[in-house]
Amino acid sequence: MKKRSILFSLLVLLVSVALCGCGGDKKTETSSESNTSSEGTPTSGGSIVFGMTQDLVSLDPHQITDAGTRSVVFNMYEGLVKPTSTGDLEPAIASDYTISEDATTYTFTLRDGVTFHDGSAVTAEDVKYSIERYAEIQGESSAFSSLLDNVSIPDDKTVVITLKEGYSEFLSDLTLAVIPAANEDPEGNPVGTGPFKFEAYTPGQELVLTKNESYWQSGTPYLDQVTFKIIADTDTAFTQLQAGTIDIMNYLTTVQVQTLQQMSGGQFDIVEGNMNLVHAMFLNNAYEPLSDVRVRQALCYGIDRNAINQFLFDGKSTIIGSHMIPSLETWYEPSTAEMYTYDPNKAKELLAEAGYGDGFDLEISVPSSYSQHVDTAQIIVDQLSQIGIRATIKKVEWSSWLEDVYTNRNYQATVIGFDGTLAPSDWLKKYASDASNNIANYDNADYDSILKQALAAVDTEEKAALYKELQINLAENAASVYIEDPADFVAVNAKLGGYTFYPTAAWDMSQIYVKAEQ
Amino acid sequence: MKYIIKKFITLIITLLFISLITFTAFSVIPGDAATAKLGTNATPEQAQQLREEMGLDDPIPVRYVNWLAGALHGDFGDSYQYSGVTVAALMAGRLPVTALLALMSLVMILVISVPLGILSARFAGRWLDTVINQLSQITMAVPAFFLGIVLTYIFGLILHWFQPGAFVEPGEDFWGCAGFLVFPAIAVALPKIAMVIKFLRNSVLSEMPKDYVRTAYSKGNKEHRVLYVHILRNALIPVITFIAMVIAEIMAGSIIVEQVFGIPGIGRLLITSISARDYPVVQAIVTYITAIVVIVNFIVDVLYQLVDPRVKAQ
Repeated sequence: MKKRSILFSLLVLLVSVALCGCGGDKKTETSSESNTSSEGTPTSGGSIVFGMTQDLVSLDPHQITDAGTRSVVFNMYEGLVKPTSTGDLEPAIASDYTISEDATTYTFTLRDGVTFHDGSAVTAEDVKYSIERYAEIQGESSAFSSLLDNVSIPDDKTVVITLKEGYSEFLSDLTLAVIPAANEDPEGNPVGTGPFKFEAYTPGQELVLTKNESYWQSGTPYLDQVTFKIIADTDTAFTQLQAGTIDIMNYLTTVQVQTLQQMSGGQFDIVEGNMNLVHAMFLNNAYEPLSDVRVRQALCYGIDRNAINQFLFDGKSTIIGSHMIPSLETWYEPSTAEMYTYDPNKAKELLAEAGYGDGFDLEISVPSSYSQHVDTAQIIVDQLSQIGIRATIKKVEWSSWLEDVYTNRNYQATVIGFDGTLAPSDWLKKYASDASNNIANYDNADYDSILKQALAAVDTEEKAALYKELQINLAENAASVYIEDPADFVAVNAKLGGYTFYPTAAWDMSQIYVKAEQ
Repeated sequence: MKYIIKKFITLIITLLFISLITFTAFSVIPGDAATAKLGTNATPEQAQQLREEMGLDDPIPVRYVNWLAGALHGDFGDSYQYSGVTVAALMAGRLPVTALLALMSLVMILVISVPLGILSARFAGRWLDTVINQLSQITMAVPAFFLGIVLTYIFGLILHWFQPGAFVEPGEDFWGCAGFLVFPAIAVALPKIAMVIKFLRNSVLSEMPKDYVRTAYSKGNKEHRVLYVHILRNALIPVITFIAMVIAEIMAGSIIVEQVFGIPGIGRLLITSISARDYPVVQAIVTYITAIVVIVNFIVDVLYQLVDPRVKAQ
C-alpha cells in the first residue's frame, strides 16, 4: 500500500508534467511600416507595461540572436548608426560618417556629449572594444569577422573601420550596440546609451527600464518607466490586457482584435503594421518529389495565399512571392508576388506532367507553440487535398523543430516565418548552396553566382538590380511557397500615443507618450 | 530510529533513480539548450561555443556525474536559459509563491471537504447528500484551466474583485500576494475538494456497518460520539493517503493554474525550462518534486501510526 502510493503519486506527477510540457515559449518575429498611432498632445512622464509572450534570451546585446529580444533592447542600446522607422540608417553615437568609394573604409565621427547610462562619456575606445567584442562572439568564420580587417582610432573622436573587401551593406551591421569597455558584466549589469536604462530584471517575469535623463536626443523619451512583462501564454496575456494590467500587446489575432473592438469605452486603439517576416511553407528541395521544379510550382499554384491572408489576418497581410519583405523598398521586387495566382487546374496539370498525377503524401512539420503557423498549415492541407496531394501536419515542439528541421533539415515541408535585418543579404544569403542555414536545401548555380556579384557590388542601384534578380530566381524555381509578410495588430491603451512600427526588430518605447487630458 | 533511517535510504535511492531517468530522457529528445537559446540567427561557431560553455559536448555519463557531484554539495549549477543566474536563486524566487498557493488551497480543501464529507455520509441518501453529491460531481468534471478562465473572467474582468496579472511578490507585499492568490487557490482547491468529499463519504459509509460500530452503540454511545470518535478515526486512514497525494501535487506547482493566472511559481518555471532544454533547472525541480512526494509519504506513514496503532505492530 505504502510503496504503491509513492509510485502512484510519482506517476501522476510525471504524467501531468509530460502533458503540460507542450506549452512553451515563443521566439522570432517582429514589426513594420511607418505606421504610427498618434493624436493627442504628448506629455512627459508616466509608466507603461508592454506585454510579450516570448522570454528574453540575454541582456548582453552582443549575445542576442533572436528578434524578440533585439526588439526590447533596442530601447537600451545604440550603435554608431541606428535604424529609422522608414528602414534607413541614421547616425546615432556617431554624428557623421563617410564610406570610401570601394566600400572598404568606414570613417565615423563621434557625436559630442553622448554618455553611457553610468554617466561616463562614450569614447572611441569603447566603440573599438564593442566592435571587436562583437566580432569575437560571432566567431572567426562568421561573415562579420571574416570581413573585418581592423578598427583604428586616429583621434578621440574618430573611428576608422577597414574591411578586407568592399561591402556596402556593412553599415547595417554597425547598428551593433556600443557598450563601455570598463563594464565587466554586460549581462548582469547592462549599460548602454539608449533612451532607457536598465532598472531591474526578473528572469522569466519582467524587465524594468527607466528614462535616461541625459539621452542625447532631447525631448525623448517621454515615459519615466517601461516594464516588459513576460507572459508565456497568449490567452493569459490577453486577459491581462483586457484587465488593464498591460498597456500594449502586439501580434494579436483577428479574434482578439474583434474582442477589443467590442469592449465598451474604446479602451484600446488597434494599430496595424507588419511583422517583418517572410511567412512561407518552406520546401526541402532535396526531398523527392519536391526536388522536381514542376511539383514545387504546382504547390505554388495550388495554395491560395489570399485565402490564408483573409482567414488569419482579415486580409491585412502583404502577399509576397519571394524571400524579401516589401518594407525594404530599395531591394524588394514586387513582380514576384504576382507570379503564381491560385489555379488548382494548372497545379494538377503540372503534377501530371511531373508524373504525380495521382498526387503524393506530404508531411508538413510545424512548431506547435505558434498557432499562426499551425493554422496556416491547416488551411494548406485542405487546399492541397483539392489538387490530390495528401498532406498531413506533424506538430513538433520548438526545440525539436530547431534541431530536426532547421539544423538537420530532416523534413519535407514546414510552415515558419523568418526575420532579417535591414541588409538585403541577410534575407537572401540563406539560399546559397553552401549556406549553413540553407533550410530549403536550395541548390542553383545561377543563384550562387548572382549572389556573389550582389554581395560584391558597391553601387546601390546595381546591387538592388542583382538582389531583385535573386528574388525572381527563387520565385521562378519555386524554392518554397512564399505566402505573406503577416499583419501585426497591436493593441495600445487609448491614453497612449506614438506607437511606431519599424521594418526591423524594434519596439520603440521612446516615441510613446501619455496623451494630455482634453 | 531504524525506521527513519530506512525511509531516508529509500529517499536517496528514489532521488538517484529519478534524476537518472530525467537525465537520460533529456539526452534522448531532440534539441539542446544551445540551439533553443540561440534560435535561427546564430552562426554555427556561436552555437558551438555556447555548447562548450554549457558542457553539452561532454559524454552523457560525464555530465551526469558532474551534475551529481555538484548536487551532493547542494550546488545545482547555473541556469542555461538565463545566463549568470544560479538554479538556486531561480528556485528561491519561485518556491515561496508555490508554497503559499499550496498552503492556501490546502486550508480550503480541509476546511470545506472534511465537514461536508461527514455531513454527506451522515445524511446519506437524503436531500443534503444528493445536493453535495451533485455539486462535487460537477466540480470534479471541470478541468482546472477552464475553472481558472471562468474565475478570471467573472471575478477579474466583470466584478473586478482582483486584477488579472497584478501579481506581487510575497516578499514585497505578503498580504497583497495572498490576496491575489485567493482565486488561483480556489481553482486549485475546488476539484480536490469534490474528490475528498466523495472519498470521505464512501469511507465513512463503509465503516458504518462494521462490528465495532455496533459495539460502540450497544455500549450506550450517542450517534455523535460514535461518528466522530469511532468511525471517523478509521475512515480517515485512506483519506489521509489521498490528501497526502494532493499536497504533493500542489507543492509541485499547479502548472496549469499558474499558467492561467500568470503566477511565477515552480510549475511555470518547469514548463519554460523543459522547452528551453534548461537541463540544470529541470533536474533541480524534478529532484525537489521527488523529495516532496517521498517526504509527504513518510509523514503520512507516521500519521498512520498515530491514527491506527495497529500499523506499528505490523
